[in-house]
Amino acid sequence: MTAPALQTTRRCPYAPPDEHTRIRDTDSGITQVTLPSGQVAWALSRLEHIRAMLTDPRFSSDRQNPNFPRFTREQPNFGLMRPSIIQLDPPEHGPARKAVVGEFTVRRMAGLRPRIQQIVDEHIDAMLAGPRPADLVQALSLPVPSLVICEQLGVPYRDHDFFQARSSALLSRAVTNEGRQQAAKELRDYLKDLIAEKAADPTDDLLGRQLTQGNDPEDVLSLAFLLLIAGHETTANMISLGVVTLLERPDELAALRKDPERTLPAIEELLRVYTIAEFANSRVAVEDVEIGGVTIRAGDPVLALSNAANHDPSAFDEAEEIKLDRGARHHIAFGFGIHQCLGQNLARMELQIVFDTLVRRIPTLRLTTPADSLRYKDDAFIYGIHEVPVTWDDPA
Amino acid sequence: MTRIVADLDRCVGAGQCVLTDPDAFDQSDDDGTVVVLRDTPADDDAVKRAQVAVDICPSRALSLTE
Repeated sequence: MTAPALQTTRRCPYAPPDEHTRIRDTDSGITQVTLPSGQVAWALSRLEHIRAMLTDPRFSSDRQNPNFPRFTREQPNFGLMRPSIIQLDPPEHGPARKAVVGEFTVRRMAGLRPRIQQIVDEHIDAMLAGPRPADLVQALSLPVPSLVICEQLGVPYRDHDFFQARSSALLSRAVTNEGRQQAAKELRDYLKDLIAEKAADPTDDLLGRQLTQGNDPEDVLSLAFLLLIAGHETTANMISLGVVTLLERPDELAALRKDPERTLPAIEELLRVYTIAEFANSRVAVEDVEIGGVTIRAGDPVLALSNAANHDPSAFDEAEEIKLDRGARHHIAFGFGIHQCLGQNLARMELQIVFDTLVRRIPTLRLTTPADSLRYKDDAFIYGIHEVPVTWDDPA
Repeated sequence: MTRIVADLDRCVGAGQCVLTDPDAFDQSDDDGTVVVLRDTPADDDAVKRAQVAVDICPSRALSLTE
């Protein structure tokens, strides 16, 4: 029997494809699917199984393993750069992550709050001064995280059109393998020059500090590439999806405006229901492992259906409902295991400031088209919305 | 008495414990790893928060002992 092709189109913006739900509801919750690469991979769909897989060292993150799950038919060229932390297994992973994670602690992120608030205010000022309707994606969702990650890394924001375009191409399923390779190469070359400049003339920013702390410039390059892409599209898409969700729920929006304590739990729920990086939790087994009564053999590709797991009724009550005050934090929207998102506390901080500031400063903010007619990113590795047209009333 | 135990070798500095209970957990400025500020939860609520921290710790670096 051949394994059915993996489905990737969601039933609705926050519900997994029906196929993923069906897999989750089978006896084992585990089945084999055929990936666009032609590889046959195990698909895990329950939260418990995926958390077990992602904390088990018998599953590897090594993308150079030919059996690592891929979404494209061609074997991508791995010669461009050294593996970054997301591709490393223990024992190499720990020291590499610890060399940078101090830059992303909860306290460090809290220190960025005043500057992020200023960036958000300036972009809202500019949007309010411009024509209506405005596209929230261009006015706020994209530029805010982009400016924040640029300042943190020490990448000139004036070049953001350049890396924005390449980062989008890299994350699009609609772009050919050659197109993505070209984008990766151009971004690599750009960052390589930047890092050479910083090595010659040290700067007080994340990349500069990595270099002065004695990290190899080749490793700093891989890190810069990873953080620039990861810091761009992900938070941007969550801002767009979150704002649309809030605007569709006026009562909850009003509650949020009255009580900012509700914002962080709401963010956790939005992260859960949208699970924008739903296929990011892929691994390859390096030993035989039994999960849920199924034996996964050494060398088998394994895919986590993370959105299905974040809607798993055995892990969340009324899992299909969006409950902004749910307060559940055991979702895997940022992954799980040793590779859990490095920038998660930066993302939470940015989302919190954007949502709080928008509801406070523009109480009449509304969509100009119904949420279900927006163009959702079914063609991207990171889920999101292409445009979010909004308008507002003149201040009374 | 319930005690929080942290394994610094396993910790990857995700910071989930700090978000769960900033009175009990902090992170090292150097390598982001967990610093347990208060290893014996003072009341039932603090025990519950410690249990959440253990459950959501992505690298399984936290545990509770009696």
